[in-house]
Amino acid sequence: MSSSTPPLRVSPTLVARTIAAWFVTLVIFFPLGWLIVTAFKTELQAISVPPLVVFKPTLENFVEVQDRSNYLLFAANSLITSVVSTLLGLAIAAPAAYSMAFFRSPGTRRVLMWMLSTKMMPAVGALVPIYVLAQTTGLLDTRLLLIVIFTLSNLPIMVWMLYSHFKDIPHEILEAARMDGATLWQECRQVLMPLVMGGLASTGLLCLVLAWNEAFWSLNLSSAKAGTLAALIASYSSPEGLFWAKLSAASLLAIAPIVVIGWFSQKQLVQGMTFGAVK
Amino acid sequence: MKRFVPRMLLVPAVGTLFLWMIVPLAMTIYFSLISYNLMEPGDHDFVGLDNFTFFLTDPSFYTAVINTLVLLGSVVVLTVLFGVAMALLIDQPFPGRGIVRVLLISPFFVMPTVNALMWKHMMMNPIYGVLAQLWKLFGATPVDWMTDHPLFSVIVMVSWQWLPFATLIFMTALQSMNREQLEASRMDGATYLQQVRYLYLPHLGRSIAVVIMIEAIFLMSVFAEIFTTTGGGPGDASTNVAFLIFKEALLNFDVGVASAGALFAVVLANIAAIFLIRLVGKNLDR
Repeated sequence: MSSSTPPLRVSPTLVARTIAAWFVTLVIFFPLGWLIVTAFKTELQAISVPPLVVFKPTLENFVEVQDRSNYLLFAANSLITSVVSTLLGLAIAAPAAYSMAFFRSPGTRRVLMWMLSTKMMPAVGALVPIYVLAQTTGLLDTRLLLIVIFTLSNLPIMVWMLYSHFKDIPHEILEAARMDGATLWQECRQVLMPLVMGGLASTGLLCLVLAWNEAFWSLNLSSAKAGTLAALIASYSSPEGLFWAKLSAASLLAIAPIVVIGWFSQKQLVQGMTFGAVK
Repeated sequence: MKRFVPRMLLVPAVGTLFLWMIVPLAMTIYFSLISYNLMEPGDHDFVGLDNFTFFLTDPSFYTAVINTLVLLGSVVVLTVLFGVAMALLIDQPFPGRGIVRVLLISPFFVMPTVNALMWKHMMMNPIYGVLAQLWKLFGATPVDWMTDHPLFSVIVMVSWQWLPFATLIFMTALQSMNREQLEASRMDGATYLQQVRYLYLPHLGRSIAVVIMIEAIFLMSVFAEIFTTTGGGPGDASTNVAFLIFKEALLNFDVGVASAGALFAVVLANIAAIFLIRLVGKNLDR
C-alpha cells in the first residue's frame, strides 16, 4: 500500500474509476456508517421518519447501555476469553511450529495436513457432545469453557501461520548458535525469539480477532455469567422494544477496537484464513 | 535422542487437537445410535439407525438442505463476482485508495450478531428501516424483508460480511500480477476487457478456487445470523442444516437425532474440505 506512487495523470478513465470505486465503497460501508451515526442519536431520533441526518449528538446511549445490561461484565468476558485463549494457543502452537520448521521429518507434512483438516470440521458437528460434556462437568456458562474452545478452534490456524513464519528463518543462524554451545533454551530465548516476535504478534492479532468475533460457541455455551459481547448483542434481537440507539452504541463499543485491529492484520488474515494458499 | 526433544514439543498441539477431534466424533457416533433426550432421564436404549431415519425423513430436513445450498451458492456467486470486480476496480491507484481499502474491508471484522441486528433493525425494518424509507422515496411499497424474504435477507447479511474477504484475497493475488506483461499487452493494443479475460482472470483462477472452498466450509454452517434474526422462520423458510441440528439439540433436547444430523453435516463439510486440502497440499510441496 505504501509503495511509491507516481503522480496520477488526470484522465477520463481515472475520474470514472475514482467515482465508481468511491460510490461502491460508500454503499458497502453505509450500514456500518449508519450504525455509528445512530449510536449518537436519542431513541426517538433513531426511528424518525424520514431518517435524521443532522442532529445534536448525544452520549447518553453509552451510559444507558451499561445500566440496561451489565455491559462491562460482557466486555470483560470477551476480553478475557479472547486474550487468554490467544496466549494459551500461542504457547501450545509455537513449540509445535518450531519443531516442524527446524526438525522436519517425513511425517511433518502429514501432521500439518491433518491439523488443517480438523479446522474443516463444522462447529455444529461437535455441538451436541461439547454441550453434554459441559453440562455434566458443570462448565456450562464459564469463561474456562470458552477459553478452551476458542484455543482449540484457532490452534490449527496458529500452527500453520507460525510454521510458515519459522520456515523462512535460515537454519544456519540456529546451527551457528548451537556450534557456539548454546543450549536449546538459550537458542530459543536469545536467537530465535527476536526473529519470530513479528510472526507471533501477527498470528496472535489474527486469532484475537477471530476469538473476539466468535459467535457460534458463545451463543450456545454462555449466557448471563460468561456471555461475550457477541451474546450480549444477540439479546437486542427482541422485536418488542426498538432500542436502536442503544443497540448501536453497544454494537459500536463491541466492534470498534476489533475493526481497528483488523485493519492492521489484513495480511495475516489472507495468509491465515487461506492456510498460505494465497500470498 | 536428538529427535526426542523436537518430538516432545509437538505433543501438546497434536495431543489436544487429537482429543478435540476424536472425543466429540466418538461421542456423536455413540449418541446417534441411542435414544437420548436431555429431558427424559433414564435408559439410553440402542436404537440402531432410527435417529438417522428420523432426521432424514423429517420434512424440515429437505427444506434445510435446499436452504443450505441456496444460501451457500448465492453468497459464493455474489462475493466472487463482486469481489473480482471490486479488486480490479481498486487495483490501480486513484485518489483516496487507502481510505477506500480500509472502508471496504471493515465489514469482515464486524461480529456476526452485530451484522445481523444492524441489517434486521436499522436497514430492513419495514417501517423505520433505511430500505423502507428508500422504497417510499421512489414510491414503492416497503418490503417486510424478515417475514417475506427471510432467506434472501440472510443471504444479504452474509454476503455483506464475506464480500470484503473475497475482495481482500483477490487484491492480494493481483499484487503479484506481472506488470510488464500487462504493459506489453497494452502496447500491442489489447483492450481492458481483453486484459481481464486473458491476463487478470487466469491469474486469479487459483485464488477464486480458494475463496470458493473456504466460503463453502464456513458458510455451510451459518448460524449466528439466522439465530439472531429470523430464528429459522417463518416456518422453516430460513432454517439451514446447522440451525436444524441446533433446534433438535437445544430446543427439542433430542441428543440422538441431533447427533445423527451432525454426522450428516460433517460428511457434507468433508466433501468441500477434500478439495481445499488437496490444493493447499500442492502448495506445501513447492
